[in-house]
Amino acid sequence: MANTPSPADHSPAEHDHSVVTNSWRSLRNHTDARIGLGRSGNSLPTQAMLAFQLDHAQARDAVHLALDTEMLMAGLEQRFPLALRLHSQAQDRSEYLRRPDLGRLLDIPSTQQLAALETQHCDISISIVDGLSARAIHEQALPFLDALLPHLHRAEMTLGPVALVEQGRVAIGDPIGEALNARMSIVLIGERPGLSSPDSLGIYFTWKPRSGCLDSARNCISNVRPRGQSFASAAQRLAYLIKGALEIEASGIALKDNSDATLEISDGQYR
Amino acid sequence: MASYYYDTGSTRYRFANLAELMAKASPARSGDELAGLAAHSAAQRVAAQLALAEVPLATFLEDLLIPYEADEVTRLIVDRHDRAAFAPVASMTVGEFRNWLLSPHANEVSLAALAPGLTPEMVAAVSKLMRIQDLVLVARKCRVVTRFRNTLGLKGRLATRLQPNHPTDDPTGIAASMLDGLLYGSGDAVIGINPATDNTTAVVTLLKMLDEIIERYQIPTQSCVLTHVTTAIEAIERGAPTDLVFQSIAGTEAANKGFGINLELLRQGQQAALSLERGTVGDQVMYFETGQGSALSANAHHGIDQQTLEARAHGVAREFSPLLVNTVVGFIGPEYLYDGKQIIRAGLEDHFCGKLLGVPMGCDICYTNHAEADQNDMDMLLTLLGAAGCTYIMGIPGADDIMLNYQTTSFHDALYLREVLDLRPAPEFEQWLSESGIYVHGEGIKVAEQLPPRFRNVIEEARKFALPG
Repeated sequence: MANTPSPADHSPAEHDHSVVTNSWRSLRNHTDARIGLGRSGNSLPTQAMLAFQLDHAQARDAVHLALDTEMLMAGLEQRFPLALRLHSQAQDRSEYLRRPDLGRLLDIPSTQQLAALETQHCDISISIVDGLSARAIHEQALPFLDALLPHLHRAEMTLGPVALVEQGRVAIGDPIGEALNARMSIVLIGERPGLSSPDSLGIYFTWKPRSGCLDSARNCISNVRPRGQSFASAAQRLAYLIKGALEIEASGIALKDNSDATLEISDGQYR
Repeated sequence: MASYYYDTGSTRYRFANLAELMAKASPARSGDELAGLAAHSAAQRVAAQLALAEVPLATFLEDLLIPYEADEVTRLIVDRHDRAAFAPVASMTVGEFRNWLLSPHANEVSLAALAPGLTPEMVAAVSKLMRIQDLVLVARKCRVVTRFRNTLGLKGRLATRLQPNHPTDDPTGIAASMLDGLLYGSGDAVIGINPATDNTTAVVTLLKMLDEIIERYQIPTQSCVLTHVTTAIEAIERGAPTDLVFQSIAGTEAANKGFGINLELLRQGQQAALSLERGTVGDQVMYFETGQGSALSANAHHGIDQQTLEARAHGVAREFSPLLVNTVVGFIGPEYLYDGKQIIRAGLEDHFCGKLLGVPMGCDICYTNHAEADQNDMDMLLTLLGAAGCTYIMGIPGADDIMLNYQTTSFHDALYLREVLDLRPAPEFEQWLSESGIYVHGEGIKVAEQLPPRFRNVIEEARKFALPG
């Protein structure tokens, strides 16, 4: 809201005498909250009501948009020697939303595909997962990788095959990393869309990934998108976490993030 | 432990025990399906309801869903049960109890007297036999009045929690939302901030800021920073001006452990807040939030359906004479309540069960963007809860919580409800709104385009609370 004007930032037309505007709308330079909306009677004016509907519609579309695997696989094949297409046990979006447990498990063809690989040990396995916003993956995944890969090359990390996963949750990176004999796992996942952030990428980092890893054993970098955390700073923080994990051979609460930004846990934490 | 069955024509439906009967009788919701507890068919569900209707209420005092030895919430429920209060309904079945609740025998006085005689499991059971209109009608008869710096829950009143959250707890950002809310008549239940961090110093700063604004503008309301009870106790020890102590609670000992609490810790929180003696018209100092699905998400549900466990959370709340309790009905996500239909039903169930148990029940009428729900669903729940006599709802700028990333009710939504159902703010707060030239009941908001002169310095006053750097 602060950077790009949305319909809600436009005041109602001057000539609309049914609307009482609020001069304190200018206090929006202190917050992105929808303050000073004005009123028609005591209700929301048309502009503000429809601006909300537009934001909600975009968030809904982000949740239900299918992952463009063709575009993404082409982009991944340019950047990695081997890219895999995998799928969770959640067959479709409706099942994915109702059954978080299935989104954490690979389906049988995916497990077989991984088992058939001539796996060697690698330092890092990268999984790209639709999560709750395919839009976030479409828009942020490849540019973020372009910011991250130079860091990994400089640190002489060996990379396993990259995996593109449909209908997945964060923990699906565990069986993938385990099958690829990876020391560390990086999961790029579409975060639960906020009303003004339908395109937010989350990054989860796990030392020694294996099925059954606890969430407390992960580190999270959240809100990666053009109007949130930049690709460069997220890549830098992830490189910092990798360096720290190699020193203490652990991730999660044992691995302190002493870079300046604060850690956030997202994805449906109950307050 | 008894088993239950019901015959319909050629089919006999069997239920292994009371917990299974309760779960299978629950109206459909995704959380019970996720837990593997839901009815397998629509007919099995109604058969369970028919069998449940025949169960005597007294059974719930003997056939405990979670054993007494295993769970301190069960012990609380059993130890606090008032047999004398229970006497008027002691011989009834669940089905007869529904009939009694709908009858003129159940009124404000008889229901208040009955509340200590009811257990959460009894009210959960009867709610499963009720349609939406029953949940509205009976809850409307209940009167639960609470007091701290104003009087909440009176007949014909609807209060709001002003929720001026900000993603980085920026004091000027919070003050801007708070000012907007006050000028739209919001904030009589509490001015309550969900902080971005549990850091005690930050919490103390917010408490001081809220205290100063309430004091300076002489607002007859209370403040709360919704932090963990241990942080609140620490803040009180550091001298922070704390009105209410908040905590999320659940219906089993194990789920509460997942929240990092137990009953003794809640008692300590209550004692700490009471020691400050900050209430002017009453000393109800606790604020609780609940929500169906919290026990399952903590893997602490003991094979009990989520609605019954929610009622048990209300049983926990009741022990601490709270000023405010609200279910955060759609917050937890579609794996527990899938769509608008399930959220609406759950919100009304939670309100009904809380009120019947004597808890001052409000509702965070809300949803997340991955649920099959939208503003129209919230309008329906809002209107129904207004009809049911809900104690309070949330108020947030434009229904959009930019800190917690979900949608709840707006200041405008509360004004809509007050207008269509002729509901007034808490009396002390209503008088302040009127004297401040903000709102007059029956006429609506009086503030025009310009910020009223006496509020011009709110942002400047907030600025001095900004943390360095």
